[in-house]
Amino acid sequence: MRRSGRPSLRRRQDMDTSDSGGVTPLGRKTAETGINFTSTTRFSRGLTFIRTHTLFGQSPARRIIPQTCLLQENADPQKIAFLLRKQWTLYSVTPMYKFSYGNLKEYSRLLSAFVAAEKRKGLAVEVGNDLGIKVTLSTLLGLKGTDQDQVAILVQIASRSQLPCENAEDKVVWSGWFCCISGDDLLESVPDDFTCLSLFLANGAESYTAIVGSWFQKTFDCYFSHLTISPLNLAWMAAMWTGCKVDSHMAATELVFSVPCIPQSLDISYAIHPEDAKALWDTVQKTPGEVTQEEVNLFMDCLYSHFHRHFKIHLSATRLVKVSTSIASAHCDGNIKVLN
Amino acid sequence: MSLVKPFDKLPTLNAATILLVGTDESQQQQLAEAILKEKKTFKINIHVATSLPLPAERDHIRPRIDLIAFMINMQSKHSLRNVEASLSHMDANFFLGKVCFLITGVGRMNHCSVEMNAVRKLGNLYCSPVLFCELDSEGIRVATAQRLLRMLQICAGHMPGVSALFFSSLMKSSIDE
Repeated sequence: MRRSGRPSLRRRQDMDTSDSGGVTPLGRKTAETGINFTSTTRFSRGLTFIRTHTLFGQSPARRIIPQTCLLQENADPQKIAFLLRKQWTLYSVTPMYKFSYGNLKEYSRLLSAFVAAEKRKGLAVEVGNDLGIKVTLSTLLGLKGTDQDQVAILVQIASRSQLPCENAEDKVVWSGWFCCISGDDLLESVPDDFTCLSLFLANGAESYTAIVGSWFQKTFDCYFSHLTISPLNLAWMAAMWTGCKVDSHMAATELVFSVPCIPQSLDISYAIHPEDAKALWDTVQKTPGEVTQEEVNLFMDCLYSHFHRHFKIHLSATRLVKVSTSIASAHCDGNIKVLN
Repeated sequence: MSLVKPFDKLPTLNAATILLVGTDESQQQQLAEAILKEKKTFKINIHVATSLPLPAERDHIRPRIDLIAFMINMQSKHSLRNVEASLSHMDANFFLGKVCFLITGVGRMNHCSVEMNAVRKLGNLYCSPVLFCELDSEGIRVATAQRLLRMLQICAGHMPGVSALFFSSLMKSSIDE
């Protein structure tokens, strides 16, 4: 108990620095549709961990929302659009050793062989029968927060169609992508042989995720771990996403809370009309382009007190489990879905 | 509705009173039982409340309160708000070492709804020690009970030469200097 009390006192000097390290606001804007969305994910700092900013889940005092378009000009709109409207499971990845962008074809080949071998384990081997799995690794250009960020990598597993017709396309069975957005503080401390692509998002069968993950872990000496999102970060996401302008159809902002009761836990879903939520956020936010912890708290407290007035339930005693807005939705188990 | 005052009543001989304030009643019960199980040389009264102010009707039979421990659960923002509201119903003389904050629930980081900064600021603002304890675990509960008992002994004046005013200086981290 004593030990955990100490580190929180050390942060006193860092309180007033804006956008303290360990926080990476991930911001993207598609140039064509003019929609701006941001999402936040906390990375744990690998090498220079102890005496600096985030310890024991302390969230920073303020975060900057980039107003300018972060999606760079060489982005492929089709590929980016492919990332939307899918449920992604989040993993946190340690820096990869001796990963080189020039060898992507080689990696594709090795990974295909590995996946095929793993899939074949336990099955009777038929000579000459190809399970028809093809793995491609490609770069996702344009998903960068700052120029120092490493280029994102997309991994796709496609099954070759069994039909003999010529223009049958490969069906993508599983996809995953690595990226690192605005990880400036993290990149400073990484030695040269390491590539830092800290966030991994996977969509598809869990078995493929495990196979791909184990290949990357063996080849590049990194480690994948599930990224869960705490209620504090979910509240930040709710506030930041509500504040974004969405031109197309706005879906209701929905917050799901989990009440710890015995014998079964109860889930409370609180849906707010998006215009009302935006109006509330506009009155709370003082500086455009910057969000502080107090503003997030105030926003959530207003929502809680409104609920309490109607239903006499203290939502602040429950745990925020899922946030979904017209821009994106996030669940505390580490699943996100980006809609716009 | 009355302010809780530290020095308006006479102390009872060889006895001390602790008040536990918090929203989670079962946790308070468990901690109280752990305190009572400890070996002690003086009589202890444990009072339990969900919030201050204490009802005025029983004020005349209530003994002098020597230590108030506010229990905050990091997984529930409601408990923090409750404690903040209760703090305004206390006499300022209490904050000379007779108040401490017990923070529970930090072990499950992914379930925390309260920021660490908020809790640290509370401790700094009210110049009171902040003790982190996981009251769900048996061993830590026993250790916390022992700590509270020791603090209570000092606050009630049973230790010659040591006063409750020393707590704030002992709780400072050397990094802050």
